[in-house]
Formats: sequence, structure tokens, C-alpha cells
Amino acid sequence: MGRKNRRRKSAGIDKRAEAPQTESILQLSGNCVPVGPLATLVDLRRGEAGVVDRLDLPADDARRLMELGFVPGTRVTAGHSAPGGDPRVFQVDGSEIALRRETAKLLKIRRDGDN
Amino acid sequence: MSECQGCANCGGTAVAEPPRMAGTRTAVALVGPPNSGKTTLFNRLTGLRQKVANFPGVTVEQHSGIAELPDGRAVRIIDLPGLYSLSPRSEDEQIAYDVLTGHSHAVPKPQAILLVLDSTNLGRQLMLAAPILALDLPTLVILNQADDLLYRGGSVDAAALSAQLGAPVALVSARNGEGISQVLDFLAGAMPKPHRVELPVLQDVPGCRKWAGAMGAKAGYLAPAPAKWTRRLDKIFLHPVLGPLVFAAVVVAVFQIIFSVAAPLPDMVKGLFDASGQWVASLLPESLFRSLLVDGVWMGLGSVLVFLPQILLLFLFIGVLEDSGYLARAAVIADRTMARVGLQGKSFIPLLSAYGCAVPAIMATRTIENKRDRMATILIAPFMTCSARMPIYLLMIMAFIPKRNLLGGLLGMQTAVMLGLYVLGLLAAVMTAKLLKSTVLKSGRTPFLLEMPAYRWPAVRSLGLRVYDRAMVFVKQAGTVILVVTIILCLLKSFPLVNGKPPAIEHSVVGWIGHAMEPLIKPLGFNWKIGIGLITSLAARETIVATLGTIYGAAGSDLQVALRHDLSLGGAIALLVFFAFALQCMSTVAIVRRETGGWKWPILQFTYMGVLAYLGAFVAYHLVG
Repeated sequence: MGRKNRRRKSAGIDKRAEAPQTESILQLSGNCVPVGPLATLVDLRRGEAGVVDRLDLPADDARRLMELGFVPGTRVTAGHSAPGGDPRVFQVDGSEIALRRETAKLLKIRRDGDN
Repeated sequence: MSECQGCANCGGTAVAEPPRMAGTRTAVALVGPPNSGKTTLFNRLTGLRQKVANFPGVTVEQHSGIAELPDGRAVRIIDLPGLYSLSPRSEDEQIAYDVLTGHSHAVPKPQAILLVLDSTNLGRQLMLAAPILALDLPTLVILNQADDLLYRGGSVDAAALSAQLGAPVALVSARNGEGISQVLDFLAGAMPKPHRVELPVLQDVPGCRKWAGAMGAKAGYLAPAPAKWTRRLDKIFLHPVLGPLVFAAVVVAVFQIIFSVAAPLPDMVKGLFDASGQWVASLLPESLFRSLLVDGVWMGLGSVLVFLPQILLLFLFIGVLEDSGYLARAAVIADRTMARVGLQGKSFIPLLSAYGCAVPAIMATRTIENKRDRMATILIAPFMTCSARMPIYLLMIMAFIPKRNLLGGLLGMQTAVMLGLYVLGLLAAVMTAKLLKSTVLKSGRTPFLLEMPAYRWPAVRSLGLRVYDRAMVFVKQAGTVILVVTIILCLLKSFPLVNGKPPAIEHSVVGWIGHAMEPLIKPLGFNWKIGIGLITSLAARETIVATLGTIYGAAGSDLQVALRHDLSLGGAIALLVFFAFALQCMSTVAIVRRETGGWKWPILQFTYMGVLAYLGAFVAYHLVG
């Protein structure tokens, strides 16, 4: 439990810092994204879902992640993880992809609150 | 492992066709995302038996074979490693890309394409259709795993999709053969180029995804319900506590079975060998040749082959792990540990398959995108306990470790020692990785991305074939490398003749060599007979057992008794440690040279592992003795 709380706090700082840049990305997704604060995949606990907003990775890596389904506008659900929460399996676009925390924290998402 | 020498899976491209026809046949490539079932379809079309398993990245090189069409003509089928797009990131993807673009030296540019997609996740998989259709080659879009799609309540209108894509579409289940006739019809027919349809800008991945979604929607694609059993099983296997526990329990159980239920098997096989040896002996007149054949070669081969049943049990277990889809989960669980030594979870899959044999494992490192990570994985792979170490491990443990129960009967002492040796190899690998990654092979990190396949019930037929193939490889190794080494050894031990008869072994050429090297191995607690075994095991690890069988003229439990007479417990443990570390396998050296493109790394690896083996054995002997 303690670990999860710590994680969320540190992510809170990111949230506000990244918030102003979201508008242009919304066009990419083309979907109606519920308005909410910007977070990263790391902030999702098991069973929680969010919508991919932006990938803060080098173009090459971002491309591969998108090929695997992490396209802006796509809904991602956090699944099971290895002991310690890292890496975690994410359900995205009909498949399940394992990502390390160091990668997951570079994927900015919008929470959709439900679940 | 050296066993792999003759294996078609490892020796480059498997071409099963008469060479004279090669130029005239139509070449058709199997293309698709990883784990979409290309190799399963390849095997079905060609009747070959390339390895298939349930995780992404099983195929890491191109294979080619011949499909016979109903009208008697034949088409050359090229199986390729999986691709997510036409922007390759790893070695295996590069190979597929080179073949498709006509840059491969090994195979000609294909004239047509079979695009294999997993129909249970068509939305994403159709993204690959855009760059493939843009190649403007005749293409058949194969929606594979159609049985799964229907079973889980999904559906798709193949005709509508065909109209959308401008290319024929076939619903197929490569595993049970449904719809294969449509593939054969395409191959036998005119194979028209696809009609031009509007394709998205290929560099725009979100655009491609949207296009793929639209194509699916227009074809009435109804995605299947999520695989229920996969979720349920992951609840256990990826549980923070239960997951690793279940894994540990299964591994312990496998070794317990090897030492309990399967323990009498070696002597049963030995019985066969004794009987056949006596039968052969009765046919031949008393002569030097007869004693050479029956007491030397027969005993030598017999002492290795007795361990075949136990090794096959291990392969059955690895096969279940691979075919069920569990392997990808194990890689996720292991990733943290791998990260600590500077590697990534993807290195874990090759390392796990190195428990079978280092040769295919080293080839499997092609799926690792980061070159330095890949090199480090190649260098540590031979530390993993491959099945060629099993004969000597089993022989020494059964001879020297008492059958006692530990932990109130939960763990046998023999099992514990065996597990200890596996852990020892793993530790050496991990330490070496740490050393390499913090010095010469330091690198930036490539994101770890691994797709989890849905769990599948391992097919009995596929498992059976796999175990059968391994058995054949093992027997073939015994019939070639080990046989040759054993014959040479038998000759050397029979000369020089004394009064026309073979000398006592101490006074033979073998004895001279053994005694000459004794000063070097005495500090490890080995006698000169073990020394001879160390020399012959340079060809392949399991050869030492054949050599000891030949020198002592015994196999099975008789050989164990003979060894107990000649070797101290300290020496026995030292020998086990030596084998845990040393790189005694010419096949591995050869494959490392090929994959790293020079002699530098294999020589370094051989020396490093040899020094570590010597020091480890020295320490073990002095600790136990």
C-alpha cells in the first residue's frame, strides 16, 4: 500500500507541469476524451483505465509503442504486474503488452475516472 | 549445447528441395506480426517441422520449403520472422525486411505474399496490411486462428474485407487445417496483384491504425470476447506471491520426478544395451575387434544413452512452458532481476531456452533490439545449464549424493544438489552480465516491450513431435561425435600392444596422455581418467560420460560403483562445478563466432569460462574435501 501512495504523489508533480501541452495532441486522437488531469501509465492501478494522450519517447521507440497499440486516443487498462509492480502488463487495443515502469512513466494519459 | 549440431532448426536456412529447380519456382513469402502463426502455416503447407511455440519471436531466420499444389506443381514457401511494420528494429525483423525488399543473399525476392494476421485482434494486426499492400506484390490476406475467433464469439466478413483491401482474404486455422484449401487455390491460381485501394501514409502510425480500424469496421469485424482463461490464469501466474511460488514448485517437481519416478529408467535402458551387446558378442569370434566393439564402443555409447529418458522429460517440461504461453509471463517476472544486472526481460527468453541448448538460444537473441544487450546475452547463455550437462550431472549425483530427504520429505537431497547446480550456472551468468554491462558493454536502455500471448493448451501432437525431434538429435549426436571420439579412444587404449594383446590401460597411449596431464588436474581432485574425459568433452559435454564408460568398461549403476571407488566426494563435486562453468561445446563456439562476426568474442568467452571452471573446481574441492 505504502509503495502505491508514494508513486501517486510523485506523479502529481508531473501532472500539472505537462497539462498545458495537451491540446494539439487531442486532434491526433480524434476521439472525445473526457476532461481530466494528465497523468502517466504508472499512475494507473490494476483495473484502472486511461486514454493515451502523448508518448514522450524518442521517435523510434514511440513508433514501436504505437505499432503495439499505444496510439494517442486509445484506451489502456492496467493489468497484472510482476512482484513489486514492475513491469506491468497493460491491456491495449485487444492485446496485452508488458512495459517497464521507466517506459510507462513516459506515456501520458488522461484518466477517465470510471472503474 | 552440442546436441544441436545436426538440427535443422539451428544450421541456417532449412531448404528441402532439389537445387536444380530452385530458380524456376515461384517464391511466396509468409509475412505477418509476431506470433500470428506463420510457422504453423508454413509447416502445414510444406510438411516440414520448423519449431513453433506460443510466444512472439520463435522464428528468427528465414526458412524455405516446398508446397505441393493439388495440380502437381510446386511453390517455394519462405517463412519469415515476425514484423510489426516495415521499419525493422531488431536483427530478426531486419532479416524479414531484407527478404521482402530483395536484399537477402539467402533467398530470392518473393513474387507473392501470404500475409498472416491473427484474426482475434484484427484491428491492430491489419495495420501491417498497409505497408505490405503498398509493396504491390500479389497478396493473399490470411486471417489465422479463425477457430479461436468464432469460439470466442467474434466474426468477420471475409468477402467484404477483400473488397475493401483489393486483395483476396481467407479465413484459416493453420493449427487444425481449416481453410487451407483457399491458400492452395491462391497459390495455384493466377495470383493477381492487389487492386489499388487508398492506403494511409505509412509513416503515420495513428493514421494507419485508424485506416485498419475502418477496414475492419466495413468488413463487419466483431472483436471476440477477451480470452477468459488467460485472465484467470494470469491471476495466479502473475500474482505477486503465488506466481513465483507456483513456478518454483513446478521446477522442483520436475527434478523430483527426474530423480524418483524416472531414476530406474537408466538401468532399464542399460539392460537393453547389455542384452544387445551380448548378442553382438555372441555373433563375433573372440578377437581384439570384438573387445573393442563390445567393451569399448558399446559401453561408451550406452553410458550416455541411458540418460535419454530423463533428458526428454526435461524437454517435455520446457515444451509445455513454451507452447502454453507461460514463457512470456516468466520473462515479465524475471525482468526486475534482469534489470538489476543491466539486461532486459527479453534476454530472459533466450536464456530460458538455453536450458535446452545454447545454440538455438544464441540465435534467439536476434529478437533483442539493443546490440550490446544482445552481445551480453550471447556471452552468458552457455552458463545456463543445458541438457548436454545432464548426463554428467545425473551420473555424478546418482553415484555420490545419498538418496536422503530434506525439509520433511519435500525435497530430495539429489534434487537439491541438481537445483544447486542450476542456480550456480545462473549466478555465474548474472555476475558475468553485471560485469559486462558495467564495463565493455555499457549501453543506453531500449524500452522493454513484450506482448503477452493468450494461453493455449499445448497440443499433444506438437509436444510429442518436439520431444521426438530432440531424442533424434541426441541419438544422432551419440551416433556421430561421441561415436567417433569413443572409437579413437578405444584404439588409443589398445595400443601399444603387449605380446599381441592390449596393454593394461595405464600403459596405453590413453594412460600416457592421462598421466601427463595429471599435475594440472590434481589440484582439483581429479584422477587421470577424469582428465581424459575433460579432453574428450571439449567436443561435446556429454562425451565425458561415454569416455568414462569406455575407460571403466561399465555403464549405468556399475559405472557409478566404479566411480565411487576412484574419486572422493570433493573431487566429484569439483567435477560438477567444473562442468557448470566450462564452455565444452564446439557447436556453441561456432555459433557465437557466426552471430558475433569474428573470433574475438568466442575466444574471450571460452577462456573466461575455462578459467572460472578451473578456479571454481579448485575452491569446491578444497571446501568439500
